[in-house]
Amino acid sequence: PFWLPGRHFAMKRILVGIKRVVDYNVRVRVKPDGSGVVTDGVKMSINPFDEIALEEALRIKEKGGAEEVVVATIGPADTQQQLRTGLAMGADRALLVEHAGALEPLDVAKVFLKLIEKEQPFLVILGKQAIDDDNNQTGQMLAALWNRPQATFASKVELAGEQAKVTREVDAGLETLEVDLPAVVTTDLRLNEPRYVKLPEIMKAKKKPLETLPLASLGVSPRVRVTPVKYEPPPQRQKGVLVKTPQELVEALKKKGLVA
Amino acid sequence: MSKVLIVAEHDGKSLNPSTAKCVTCARSIPGAEITVAVFAQDAAAVAAQAAKLQSVARVLKVEHPANEHALAAVIAPQVVALAREYTHVLGPSTTFGKDVMPRVAALLDTAQVSDIMAVESATRFRRPIYAGNVLVTVDVDAGSKIVGTVRTASFEAAAEGGSATVDAAAVQVELPKHTRFVSVSAAKSDRPDLQTARRVISGGRALGSAENFKLLYSLADKLGAAVGASRAAVDAGYAPNDLQVGQTGKIIAPDLYIAIGISGAIQHLTGIKDARTIVAINKDAEAPIFEVADYGLVGDLFQIVPELEKLL
Ligand SMILES: Cc1cc2nc3c(=O)[nH]c(=O)nc-3n(C[C@H](O)[C@H](O)[C@H](O)COP(=O)(O)OP(=O)(O)OC[C@H]3O[C@@H](n4cnc5c(N)ncnc54)[C@H](O)[C@@H]3O)c2cc1C
Ligand SMILES: Nc1ncnc2c1ncn2[C@@H]1O[C@H](COP(=O)(O)O)[C@@H](O)[C@H]1O
Repeated sequence: PFWLPGRHFAMKRILVGIKRVVDYNVRVRVKPDGSGVVTDGVKMSINPFDEIALEEALRIKEKGGAEEVVVATIGPADTQQQLRTGLAMGADRALLVEHAGALEPLDVAKVFLKLIEKEQPFLVILGKQAIDDDNNQTGQMLAALWNRPQATFASKVELAGEQAKVTREVDAGLETLEVDLPAVVTTDLRLNEPRYVKLPEIMKAKKKPLETLPLASLGVSPRVRVTPVKYEPPPQRQKGVLVKTPQELVEALKKKGLVA
Repeated sequence: MSKVLIVAEHDGKSLNPSTAKCVTCARSIPGAEITVAVFAQDAAAVAAQAAKLQSVARVLKVEHPANEHALAAVIAPQVVALAREYTHVLGPSTTFGKDVMPRVAALLDTAQVSDIMAVESATRFRRPIYAGNVLVTVDVDAGSKIVGTVRTASFEAAAEGGSATVDAAAVQVELPKHTRFVSVSAAKSDRPDLQTARRVISGGRALGSAENFKLLYSLADKLGAAVGASRAAVDAGYAPNDLQVGQTGKIIAPDLYIAIGISGAIQHLTGIKDARTIVAINKDAEAPIFEVADYGLVGDLFQIVPELEKLL
């Protein structure tokens, strides 16, 4: 149904979503007036799960399972930095859907659906969650809107013809699903270890195509369905005491009734 | 009045305790009337357990051979078919709920509020973001259906003693065949379940090997505790993935949490914020875990753990 003449159709393509987020090493702070989180001058990076998504796509391509890897992001113009990093890692092309404000997962999924129509990927790989809002929604929503399978929290992806076998990290242990392609996969931490980018790759990446699309050109009009009204730091735990010996520890725990 | 539909989590035989926590969350929505839906091949046993939870008014059994395994793509359209008369649709923030609920929300063209930790009104909720370093209070559009996942560590399980009516619900939707269950490998263990255990002993990178992790298992067995792990320990293969505690693993709220050879990265700490008492054993007195520990013991775990085992 999405086939449109003149679009990049024939090529076996993987679409990877990467979000620009506050680096995981930064301890974020709430603005004093509770209106948000301080992001000025804070280090920004590719969401760690999305690096894993891109790495997986690259490995599939390197094994001959795909011909092209396209990275896409929705964000402000600055997000080009993260796309360039993605290109330096090995992606072939990048798409920047420019949008300055916040965007809810449902709208991100709607944008990705438009990109799917345009790019016709046989596989879409997203991170399982963006570590800023910790939503863990976009991949599942995209799969729903696309009416295609989802294999979330993947720790292993094996492609075989028209199908993919995906091992998922679930509370009980590891679950394996078989899904028909095209499908959406979201990554968990143990899927792979992303490669480091080397300097020559960064230089080469500057020449790779990066297409900018204004959000409005895709026909998605974002809505605010969930309005943040207050940000606050979590209650701090009281710092406890240091005990000197295992005996002292056991006595303290016994006194509190925590061990028999 | 609010009508809340809870999607039950179960393994075909028993209701997962996460569902009883969703009930407690739902109960804090003013004027909530609570229905629990059980999607299963044969829902009778699980539905009977759900019907015993206090505050549950009604249990719906949705039985279908395709519901033998909880596949999000299969369950979501059935939830949507039931959702019409409800104001809220909730599921637990476990891997089950995280998989299914956003798919439900998208099919309903509505947003999801993930990891609800507190309910302030029928449309106002609090949730953690940035690995729990920030709490945000959000207002959801009153006009649309509210889909949410419940941060189970924030709520006590609803008690038994109720007697809800149990009905079979017929759901007329076409179910997709594009997703097939192959297998699940779950480590069999007689130890308490990590997510509900009263006591948890967790190990980190410092354990150094899967072999050394046995030190923790044996201490845990002495205490009747569950065993957990940091991401570093899981990545290194010292412990299986389902033991990971933290932002991207399990969020737990035991009475006693003993962190052994774990530095206390924010991603780990977010998983134990609700633990009543935290004990840290680490050879580095500067380790951040001591900032949150109620009791800290500085020293070599390979000396301390065997001694503890003898003392307990
Ligand atoms: C996106 C993302 C998500 C993440 N999610 C999670 C998550 O869910 N859960 C999680 O745990 N981490 C998570 N992490 C990883 C987290 O940032 C840390 O890297 C990890 O928690 C460190 O594990 P650790 O404390 O075991 O190892 P380390 O940080 O290496 O700490 C080991 C500790 O052991 C101590 N030690 C060493 N030898 C001994 C000894 N003989 N006796 C006593 N103490 C000793 C050391 O002093 C040190 O403090 C995530 C990271 C990212 C980027
Ligand atoms: N603005 C965005 N741009 C590109 N990808 C995104 C964006 N937001 C979310 N994603 C993708 O969706 C995944 C899950 O995000 P979330 O549902 O917000 O936790 C991320 O890991 C990304 O792969």
